[in-house]
Amino acid sequence: MALTGLHAAPGGDVLSDSVRLGQVEVVARKGYADVIPAQVLDGRRLERLNAHSVADAMRYFAGVQIKDYGGVGGIKTVDMRSMGTNHMGIFYDGIQLGNAQNGQIDLGKFSLDNMEQISLYNGQRGEIFQSAKDFGSAGTVYLQSRRPSFGDNKNYNVNLTFRTGSFGLVNPSVRFDWKISESVSATISGEYTRATGRYRFRYRKVLPSGQTAWDTTAVRHNGDIESFRLEGGLYGTLRRGYWQAKAYYYDSEKGIPGAIVNNVWKNSQRQWDRNFFVQGRFQKYLSERYAIQVNAKYARDYMRYLNPDTTLMYVNNRFDQDEIYVSVAQKLSVARWCDLSLSADWQWNRLDASLVNFSYPTRHTALVAAAAAVTFGRFKAQGSLLATFVNDRSEIKGTAVSETTRRRNFDKLTPALFASWSPVGDDRLTLRGFYKRIFRMPTFNDLYYTDIGNSNLRPEYATQFNLGATFHCDLKGSTFWNSLELSADAYSNRVTDKIIAVPKGNGQYRWMMMNIGEVRIRGIDVTGAFDFFPVAGLLVGTHLSYTYQRALDYSDPSDNVDAASTYRSQIAYIPRHSGSVTAHAMWREAELDYSFIYVGERYQNSSNIPENYVQPWYTHDLSASYRFGLGLTTLRVTAEVNNLFDQQYEVISNYPMPGRNFKIILKFEL
Amino acid sequence: MRKYVVMMLVALMSAAGCRKDDVVYLPERVTVSQPVYTDIKGFYLLNEGNMGSNKATLDYYDYESGTYTRNIYGAANPDVPKEMGDVGNDLAVYGSRLWAVINCSNKVEVMNAADARRIGHVDIPNCRFIRFHDRYAYVTSYAGPVEINPDYSQLGYVAKVDTATLEVVDRCLVGYQPDGLEIAGDRIYVANSGGYRVPNYENRVSVIDLSSFEVVGEIEVDVNLEYVIGDRYGNLWISSRGDYYDKPSRLYCYDMNERRMVAQLDVAVSDMWLDGDSLYVVAGGWNNITMDYDVTNAIVDTRLRCKVSDGFITDGTEKRMQMPFTVFVNPVTKEIFVTDAGNYVNPGWLYCYSPDGVMKWRVRTGDIPAHAAFIGTFRK
Repeated sequence: MALTGLHAAPGGDVLSDSVRLGQVEVVARKGYADVIPAQVLDGRRLERLNAHSVADAMRYFAGVQIKDYGGVGGIKTVDMRSMGTNHMGIFYDGIQLGNAQNGQIDLGKFSLDNMEQISLYNGQRGEIFQSAKDFGSAGTVYLQSRRPSFGDNKNYNVNLTFRTGSFGLVNPSVRFDWKISESVSATISGEYTRATGRYRFRYRKVLPSGQTAWDTTAVRHNGDIESFRLEGGLYGTLRRGYWQAKAYYYDSEKGIPGAIVNNVWKNSQRQWDRNFFVQGRFQKYLSERYAIQVNAKYARDYMRYLNPDTTLMYVNNRFDQDEIYVSVAQKLSVARWCDLSLSADWQWNRLDASLVNFSYPTRHTALVAAAAAVTFGRFKAQGSLLATFVNDRSEIKGTAVSETTRRRNFDKLTPALFASWSPVGDDRLTLRGFYKRIFRMPTFNDLYYTDIGNSNLRPEYATQFNLGATFHCDLKGSTFWNSLELSADAYSNRVTDKIIAVPKGNGQYRWMMMNIGEVRIRGIDVTGAFDFFPVAGLLVGTHLSYTYQRALDYSDPSDNVDAASTYRSQIAYIPRHSGSVTAHAMWREAELDYSFIYVGERYQNSSNIPENYVQPWYTHDLSASYRFGLGLTTLRVTAEVNNLFDQQYEVISNYPMPGRNFKIILKFEL
Repeated sequence: MRKYVVMMLVALMSAAGCRKDDVVYLPERVTVSQPVYTDIKGFYLLNEGNMGSNKATLDYYDYESGTYTRNIYGAANPDVPKEMGDVGNDLAVYGSRLWAVINCSNKVEVMNAADARRIGHVDIPNCRFIRFHDRYAYVTSYAGPVEINPDYSQLGYVAKVDTATLEVVDRCLVGYQPDGLEIAGDRIYVANSGGYRVPNYENRVSVIDLSSFEVVGEIEVDVNLEYVIGDRYGNLWISSRGDYYDKPSRLYCYDMNERRMVAQLDVAVSDMWLDGDSLYVVAGGWNNITMDYDVTNAIVDTRLRCKVSDGFITDGTEKRMQMPFTVFVNPVTKEIFVTDAGNYVNPGWLYCYSPDGVMKWRVRTGDIPAHAAFIGTFRK
């Protein structure tokens, strides 16, 4: 935004432009899309994916792997370029979602119902005017909820949606936008989801001769969910600025379906989640050269886990977390070709748990980021330095020692450098590269979980190198082609001091966290988008993504003697090949969508032997929709068939995924 | 354009491969030693498999061909859905049958000892260890009665299984989370761990009368008990895992005739095996002081009631192990076997040592190699 916007036009225009678009991120993306590899799903394309949650939608991004335990309520986490879930920063409406307890955000919890855009950045977002936390992850996902926009002479919008289908799904949602004044608008949105989560699954094995050895079909149980989401936002524009405030509440109860193992076809564990946050942002250009942005957030999360099966260990644990976050970012344009920024964040986290010998940790995190962006003709570059200061406090537990307090401090400086060059003058072809070194702090679970946690842990580092190119052109003259976009990136990442669970001794149930892992990743991400008109009036859009990854385990050089050895073998659940294809055809009020996802063969762990082999999986999804105009209102009816060929597959071993399933969506807009 | 999409699809699929039928796990045989002919024909080794992985597997070492075969259950029983199960916790041969306690599959698998073909199974929730007497098998179980009660006390039990009908004929409630058990004289001694009650571990051995199948007494020992082994001098050797904080793992000796504790040894125990008067002990675990894994092995003389060797491994190869899990000794050749469970998620190793503690061979096993049962005509 800074580079392309402010100097190209008077500041006020740019701001109102971005506010009218309601998408600062979009403007930023246009300015820096070529500097940093970014992938975006938005608008109708996001709606059209046969996806229920953010995690489902993210399967279409190159370089991303999803861990999915199956079903509507199953936990779904995302891993970018094999660096591990904890290296991803997930931002909701501009502010990071936290989970100090385990550092992982269950993206299955975020429905697409109220989502306007999902964008994914390798390295960091191509923007220097942002909070210090935006610089603080190896990869970042921005979830942007829908912001109100109004047609001419309208000061309200009403949306009613109802989804139903397989798994006993009942999913109504409502959304109301209100234009309070020319400069202030409000939105409120609510959603209820209920599903039994039951589906048939089938396991089958054959003898080497091809004859069936065994073949069994069962119903997945305890995958039910009931959840409720309510969120509201206020959006205001200022002269050369804007502000927004929002509140979010999510409440769910779900079954944890568990692993299907011999003689056990049912589990009874339950989980309750309650997440609440309020957050706000204020941004203003105080002069043509200087702008300031302030962000603040308070979040409270509650989780309860119950294992009511008294043939197993009866567990009833409760976890409470609080987070307070404040950030100030400033940007100064020192010359036409140079912008500087400085941002400072402070965050406080606390975790309380009903665990025996729990150490009640609190953490203060201060982050300071300094960044610069420069443009010299066809060459653009960005550099940033992030200083992180972490202070933990926890209680030391033991039977003999009296309780005392332990403090740990950590500080570190980490750099990032991004550059791009357009060799042919216009920006049809752009070459780009980046280097970034960043770390993730050990989570509270890593450090302090009773018995398993290891308070001596160091941070886990990720170092990334990326080289890539993008090519795009709009083919205005052609009656067939509409537009074409291609991008390819090759990367080499290294994760060192990787925090992994290792045995502690005497029996299977004792683990601890250690900094002993090392993973080296080489990969290629390719994406393409082609829009064309096969016949007049019919627009067809296609998107392709393909990822090749070698993510090798370098943790234990001594384990290098036979086929079962782990050294330099592919790490758990990372396929060499994966990709997706989506195609979309639009003719008048009718739309037809097809999507295909492929995840290649993988292994359950770094010992790449036949016993650990996991089959590839690929699903075909189809959906058709039609839009009816009824005076001022419209009704869109969509029918989906997912996993059309009823493939019986697993993403994680022993967690069977659903076969063919259906959904009907009615969307009413006023 | 569609054409290109289809071409891309075909290219992607052919480059990366399609789904094939899942083939049952096939045995893998490797030659590890010269053939040896004694009264011991070989042994089965049960690999636990990490919890939730459903990878309990069975391996077999055949002395008479010097071969080690991994994964024999799947091929011997190709018609069993989801194979052997989740977490193999104990293994024993009784008569012509092989019994495998599969903890998280809530069952005891009963097989033909000659070929590991399945005969049937016994459903026992959260089952742990097995011993035999006459026509009954006795299996410890953590499973408590199902009830919702805030002050719920989840006492475990010992199940009495008719080895002919494979039916549970009786249950005897013992302490909390019972693990190892031993049958000596007309008594069953059960080591209770209390592992679900951290930090309020159990510290008792429950004593059950064989004929009435009722608890007739208890012995206070130390926290978090695991194994109990009876020797020929009327002693019970009982291991405590410690509390992982201040109380270390220890070994206790209880005189059954005098009914009192006669020795407490500062020997850490992950597993132990009695052969003659020698109690072989291995232990492993993370040491917060040296910041490394400790691997210890020792021999305790059950007649002298003291440690007589600080290491039966004499060639330093224990340093190659990450997590020694089990020790067992061939009663005829006196070869010592130690398993290394590695990092629990990848295949482990089985080490074979000569009686003087020099490594003869080692071989890859399944995940968490843990429990062995000898086959042959030799009787202890």
